[in-house]
Amino acid sequence: MLSPAEIEARLERVLLTVQKPGRYVGGELHSVVKDWESTAVRMVFVFPDIYDIGVSNLGLQILYDRVNARPDALAERAYLPWIDMEERMRANGIPLYSLESKHALADFDLIGFSLPYETLYTNVLNALDLAGLPLRSAERNDSHPLVIAGGHACFNPEPMSAFIDAFVIGEGEEVIHEIMDTVGKFAGRTVSKFTGLQAHMSERANAPTFKRVNALKELAKIPGVYVPRFYDVTYFDDGTIRAVTPNIPEAPQVILKRMVAQLPPPPTRFLVPNIDIVHNRLAIEIMRGCTRGCRFCHAGMITRPVRERSVDEIVAAAEAALQATGIEELALLSLSSSDYTSILDLVTAISEKFAGRHLTVSLPSLRIDTVSLDLMERLKDRRAGGFTLAPEAASERMRRIINKFIPDEQILTTARAIYARGWTTLKLYFMIGHPSETLEDVQAIADLCKRVLAEGRRALGGRAKLHAGVSTFIPKPHTPFQWAAMDTEAQIRLKQDLLKRQLRDRNLKLSWTEPPETLLEAWLSRGDRRLGEVILAAWQNGAKFDAWGDQLRFEAWTSAFAACGLDPAFYTHRPRRPDEIFPWDHIASGVRKKYLLEDYRRSLEGQTRLDCRENCYACGILPTFADERRAHPGPYWKCPEVKSPTKARSGVQ
Amino acid sequence: MRLRITFAKTGALRYTGHLDLHKIWERTLRRAGLPLAYSQGFHPQPKIQIAAALPLGFLGREEIVDIWLETNDSPPPPPDSLQSAAPPGLTILRVEPVPERAPALQTQIAAAEYQVTLLEAGGGSDLERRVADLLAKETLPRERRGKSYDLRPLIQTLACRGASLDMILSAGEGATGRPEEVLDELGIPPETTRIERTRLILKPAIE
Ligand code: SF4
Repeated sequence: MLSPAEIEARLERVLLTVQKPGRYVGGELHSVVKDWESTAVRMVFVFPDIYDIGVSNLGLQILYDRVNARPDALAERAYLPWIDMEERMRANGIPLYSLESKHALADFDLIGFSLPYETLYTNVLNALDLAGLPLRSAERNDSHPLVIAGGHACFNPEPMSAFIDAFVIGEGEEVIHEIMDTVGKFAGRTVSKFTGLQAHMSERANAPTFKRVNALKELAKIPGVYVPRFYDVTYFDDGTIRAVTPNIPEAPQVILKRMVAQLPPPPTRFLVPNIDIVHNRLAIEIMRGCTRGCRFCHAGMITRPVRERSVDEIVAAAEAALQATGIEELALLSLSSSDYTSILDLVTAISEKFAGRHLTVSLPSLRIDTVSLDLMERLKDRRAGGFTLAPEAASERMRRIINKFIPDEQILTTARAIYARGWTTLKLYFMIGHPSETLEDVQAIADLCKRVLAEGRRALGGRAKLHAGVSTFIPKPHTPFQWAAMDTEAQIRLKQDLLKRQLRDRNLKLSWTEPPETLLEAWLSRGDRRLGEVILAAWQNGAKFDAWGDQLRFEAWTSAFAACGLDPAFYTHRPRRPDEIFPWDHIASGVRKKYLLEDYRRSLEGQTRLDCRENCYACGILPTFADERRAHPGPYWKCPEVKSPTKARSGVQ
Repeated sequence: MRLRITFAKTGALRYTGHLDLHKIWERTLRRAGLPLAYSQGFHPQPKIQIAAALPLGFLGREEIVDIWLETNDSPPPPPDSLQSAAPPGLTILRVEPVPERAPALQTQIAAAEYQVTLLEAGGGSDLERRVADLLAKETLPRERRGKSYDLRPLIQTLACRGASLDMILSAGEGATGRPEEVLDELGIPPETTRIERTRLILKPAIE
């Protein structure tokens, strides 16, 4: 591998021949460059898309802070090069390197991929390849770094299980330390008070006591860590799964996600990029989890229970982050801002504290009611002139099925008030393809949009604008809809065409997700282990940057499926038996499968389940995390208190 | 209060372009807690004027920016207080008040001095001769974006020093010489060089 100095010398020759070279040099305020030689454990986080997208990822920012807070460890970062830079790197023999010290990725002890969504998978393969590493976990040896991945997509780790050594399921703040301790043993460097660091890279390969497979066994013992090679999968003749069985005693039957009982203080020393990026903002999570129970929502199911940060903590963090970065936009993040208990206090405190400081505050995911308007007015977030709401469905029947019930009248009243108070653009998000949806339900979306725009015209005349964003439903793992079949490409197109025909208005902008993007995401979300070969073949066919609509090469995927003898429809268009074993069933979110199935059945009967913070529906979170709840009593968690004495953690399914 | 800051732009900031540098200044000044003046209107912008855009990839040894603060009487902040708020690669050299009504900085640049380091050994073998030949020419007709112009009068000085070239090029409106063009005349590919703008030369102040 090239040394950092060699990499830097080669970079200097190519950087001025690519677009936005600032992506490839690091040097941001608050990036952490530790002394390589004297640091015992070295890891690199990789966000498998370009810098412009990855650098603001909150999850990575949190973990970067936490690892670098350890005196014995360093964490650096790498992102995927854009196509022009990749071509130069390959032509000049420059391996994928870290932005901080310019070390080749292969020089690290641990590579940690962030996988918040599935369409990053081919980029992971591309990153490993650019790093000069064998793609398959089984082909890597003691001279190679360990490769782990975490993030929401890892709640179904199977499609990437051939390439990743270990997956982290759930929240990373605590488990990252347990992992670093184990990786430290694998790295085999010890720091002595008298002579400094003892062993070096070359010795990792020779360390007799702690080889790779031992390291992986140790990792498998850490709660929330899934090491796929320690599990065997058998199939029925029809291709569905017969069983997933651990093949070593250290591997648990079920891998329960990690959940941080008390959210740690939010990061404040955000990286300040030297170039323009996609999300130029400070992001502070005000709450984690969601109690609304929308049946299509993956995030809402896997991030339970709801835990809130206090107003004081959020305001103090915002102040500290602002002082440390000078960044001019603050986003208060959660899955459902209106549900944050003290939302009015929070918004008031933030707007008073930062008045006159040229700070834009955004508060996404607001409920559809006029309270949201009051909140937005307090924040004076009119910069973009737009207001965003997500009704998701437009017919009463559909709203009951997806468990997001907002009556038309409420939407129209809110829209009326939004336009009347001077917002010229309203953005509405819908989803088509929900289970049992018909063309009438889609027609209802068009009708509602027209009525909303008519409200706008009444208030503002020709200035009123409506933007309808229409995505397509995917039956995501770990949700009540995981048993549902999704629409075929033909069905999706029929529905989209209806909307395109109906919504022709100068002041109405309609946007939609192209069916290939949806189908690919669906296959990757629902895939089993056999999909790994398809991902590999698609990458070999040239697939990468699949999340970029204009880069997606659908034929690379369809021919990959054909080459592997797999039918993509098997993964997406097939209704499931209630007792089918899903590829992700050995990964537990804490919400019981029985509960999800019951909720799916209720859905088909049109029965809703309102906010569970009012009325616990016993989804399984509380018994699973009873000890944590008992240790953290009070209103900070939104599940009921647990009074019963401690018992051992019961089976999760 | 209007302040003139002289600064160096080095390291990773070499790959930060002109527009992004504006943002870096805005954030640095916000971190330093200075009361930046903002323009009026729907999208208030901080009042920051950078003397001359430094092309992507160039290093800057003595660049200049003017900033406006909302206060009038307080003494200008010491360079150290700004330095502690600056990102790596941005070095604050001087901070001095300038008259509020002094002409816009961009109109005051007369010329710029550059130092070009040749990264490839051998590139400079007969460089002295090529420099002398170039200087001996009366005209250097070239084209830039479809317009023809003469580069020669824009070259105020050009000298070869070992593996580097020093030059002063005119930088007036509509008559700006670029070091890459000089390199091109000398047959040196710009990607084999490191270019540093060492100084901006202002027009003499009119009393
Ligand atoms: S345990 Fe009850 S309150 Fe907690 S998330 Fe589940 S249903 Fe909601």
